[in-house]
Amino acid sequence: MPKRVLLGLLLACGLTAPTLAQEPKTGGVVNAVIQPEPPGLMLALVQNGPTQMVSGNIFEGLLRYSPKLEPQPELAESWSVSEDAKTYTFKLRKGVTWHDGKPFTAADVLFSVEMLKQTHARARNNLAQVDKVEAPDDYTVVFTLKQPFGPFLGIFEVGSMPMVPKHLYEGTDFKTNPYNNAPVGTGPFMFREWQKGSYIRLVKNPNYHEKGKPYLDEIYWQIIPDAAARSVAYETGKVDVLPGGSVENFDVPRLSKLKDTCVTGAGWEFFSPLAWLWLNNRQGPLADKRVRQAIMFAIDRDFAKDVIWNGLGKVATGPSASTIKYYTDDVPKYAYDPAKAKALLKEAGYKGEKIRLLPLAYGETWQRWGEAVKQNLMDVGINIETIATDVAGGNQKIGDWDYDIAFTYLYQYGDPALGVGRNYVSSAIAKGQVFNNVEGYSNPEIDKLFADGAIATPDSKRKEIYEKAQKILVEDVPVAWMLELQFPTIMRCKVKNLITTGIGVNDGFKDAWLDK
Amino acid sequence: MLSFVAQRVLKGVIVLLAIVVLNFFLIRLAPGDPAVVMAGEAGASDQVFVKQLREKFGLDKPLPEQLFIYVKGVVTLDLGFSFRQQAPVAKLIGERLPATLLLTLTAFAISLALGILFGTFAARFAGTFLDTAITVFALIFYAMPLFWVALMGILLFSVTMDWLPSFGYETVGANLTGLAHAVDVAKHLIMPAMTLGLFFMATYTRMTRASMLEVKRLDFVKTARAKGLSDAVIQRRHVLRNALLPVVTLAGVHSGTLIGGAVITETVFAWPGIGRLMYDALLQRDYNLLLGVFVICSAMVLIFNLITDLVYRLVDPRIEFAS
Repeated sequence: MPKRVLLGLLLACGLTAPTLAQEPKTGGVVNAVIQPEPPGLMLALVQNGPTQMVSGNIFEGLLRYSPKLEPQPELAESWSVSEDAKTYTFKLRKGVTWHDGKPFTAADVLFSVEMLKQTHARARNNLAQVDKVEAPDDYTVVFTLKQPFGPFLGIFEVGSMPMVPKHLYEGTDFKTNPYNNAPVGTGPFMFREWQKGSYIRLVKNPNYHEKGKPYLDEIYWQIIPDAAARSVAYETGKVDVLPGGSVENFDVPRLSKLKDTCVTGAGWEFFSPLAWLWLNNRQGPLADKRVRQAIMFAIDRDFAKDVIWNGLGKVATGPSASTIKYYTDDVPKYAYDPAKAKALLKEAGYKGEKIRLLPLAYGETWQRWGEAVKQNLMDVGINIETIATDVAGGNQKIGDWDYDIAFTYLYQYGDPALGVGRNYVSSAIAKGQVFNNVEGYSNPEIDKLFADGAIATPDSKRKEIYEKAQKILVEDVPVAWMLELQFPTIMRCKVKNLITTGIGVNDGFKDAWLDK
Repeated sequence: MLSFVAQRVLKGVIVLLAIVVLNFFLIRLAPGDPAVVMAGEAGASDQVFVKQLREKFGLDKPLPEQLFIYVKGVVTLDLGFSFRQQAPVAKLIGERLPATLLLTLTAFAISLALGILFGTFAARFAGTFLDTAITVFALIFYAMPLFWVALMGILLFSVTMDWLPSFGYETVGANLTGLAHAVDVAKHLIMPAMTLGLFFMATYTRMTRASMLEVKRLDFVKTARAKGLSDAVIQRRHVLRNALLPVVTLAGVHSGTLIGGAVITETVFAWPGIGRLMYDALLQRDYNLLLGVFVICSAMVLIFNLITDLVYRLVDPRIEFAS
């Protein structure tokens, strides 16, 4: 068995280096890589990956989520849901202070909700079902919904709903507030220094509300723009942690074999990144379902997983990743079958019209994947023209619907109502947006299923609805699902307990300690 | 001379403004804008969000109005605000400029010093093995892509020999001060500066060699020889000095190119300079920041060219400044 496949299997099985039940040790400094350099650290204003990775240490949400996506206490110590599933009551931890010493109270939660509705597109969508938010006392917050919303308890992690200090932001211009560049949160680490282009330094919060935590004294996030240089920095011992996606995939097997190196694929359950090809359903041959199905049969996704992604990840079966709620693999299957693809193309009357393919400008791995897919599609007779763009140019083309096939990968946020439905319901079709239903798929039955699924109770009813939706979608192939991606975290084995939740390194290093 | 400098500065300002206007339109020709990029990164996008961002960036205003606002800012030395990085552009550039100047000026000095030295030797021993060896050496570094030389340098000097640090400007967390800090920065500087310097060295070597061989054939060199001057004096005072004019011209032109080369060098060595800032700003369509970097780079090129003109006069006193 090729080594990379073995590595993938080990990761898929969650097998990492043995972690013995040891007493955590206090102290020490961890050097981790951050790539690319975040544009800012204020999570309420900037929501890209690197920002969350650093700021997940500074800010906190009301909840965090286990690898099985069960809610766990963070700033809220307990919560309850009313019988009609419309009222959610959160009891906040007492004795929590902001990094500047001011107490964290329900007023901060109310303010954060209002601010995020203005500045955080995903939070605004997540809060769309909220009728009102009230604070009966300083440590209780009550969300009242317009109607039951199944995934509501899943929207409170730090990146989706970071708590913001009211006393520093109220009445200010959010975008130019000086605290954007010296953020103040309640998290286990405090912002200390940002040498632009070099590093970001966080130091231990001595007044953190979980006694004894965090264990580490400091975290340095090293900014190293070149992927090869990041690998070298790890090899030469200058950094201890390479979060998922820090190095090119072809470097992963080599680095994994280095002495005292541990690798884990855990910590992506909440995000469950799923890669697929947008297929422009509106025009040309791709408007025909049979051509879209032919594309699914024509692409060798096992090859992509084993060779391009070095055995990491899993071949996708449909619109939901296997790690999120209500996933089913009881859907039509599309194994690699070029003959079937050719037959379907013939049946659909495809006559060699040119089809434009937009790869994703996210580095070498994606470039290679674009080439492999092009080869697969040309092998069955599809006339592919690759359009090279950078990320901004690609986003513009997708937003303008000016493409035929385009690579993407998106997070699923644990629940089909949060991260799946938006890609297929017709109400999410609108020119100018980079995500959501950019393929132009429209099916009233799917619209209804996703609308019902979001508000249905109990859970079994939601399961039934989403399983049905998955079957219909996989039959219709509005987009071509490729892989459930896995971004392994590579670290020195002396770094213990780095990943303890389904949010992984994006959830802060509060449990991590160094076995010196 | 003063009126010459004043005239050149005035012309420089006009050129700078022309560059601003041209770049303003050029970067808007690229598909995608900052709103699209940020919406893409946010993991969610709807029309309201993108519209909100455009309003925030002032991109909803008509293009001429955007240009007017920008030029007005530049004239009053205000380079605008980077909404992406939530900081004034001047501050962002100011933080990075010293590192780039340190890198490019060191590389410039290395390339010029080594280039002239090797070129002189190659000319002095033209046609010999030494000449061929120098030419081949110089061309190897010229022919190899910068990033490749950089990576090979890292592999050899950081990974295999463990002599030099592979990335960064200083040892993070070491909190060094004074001489120890200067030595630490110098250690970090060696590889990036040599990578960039060796690349440009080749052209100076070739130019110095060719120019010296040409000057050598001129009558005044024969005269000097007839006067009985030593070979070293002839080479240094008569040949090299007269051969330097084209090298100085080239150096002036290179001042701009160096910053271009610094983009790659800074990326591979994680050197926190302006080159990388410019590259990121381009990918993220951070218009104000990108224009700001262009303004500063253009100003630097204009200043370097002015210095070049002044150096002409030092090298060749026959040249007079037109008033």
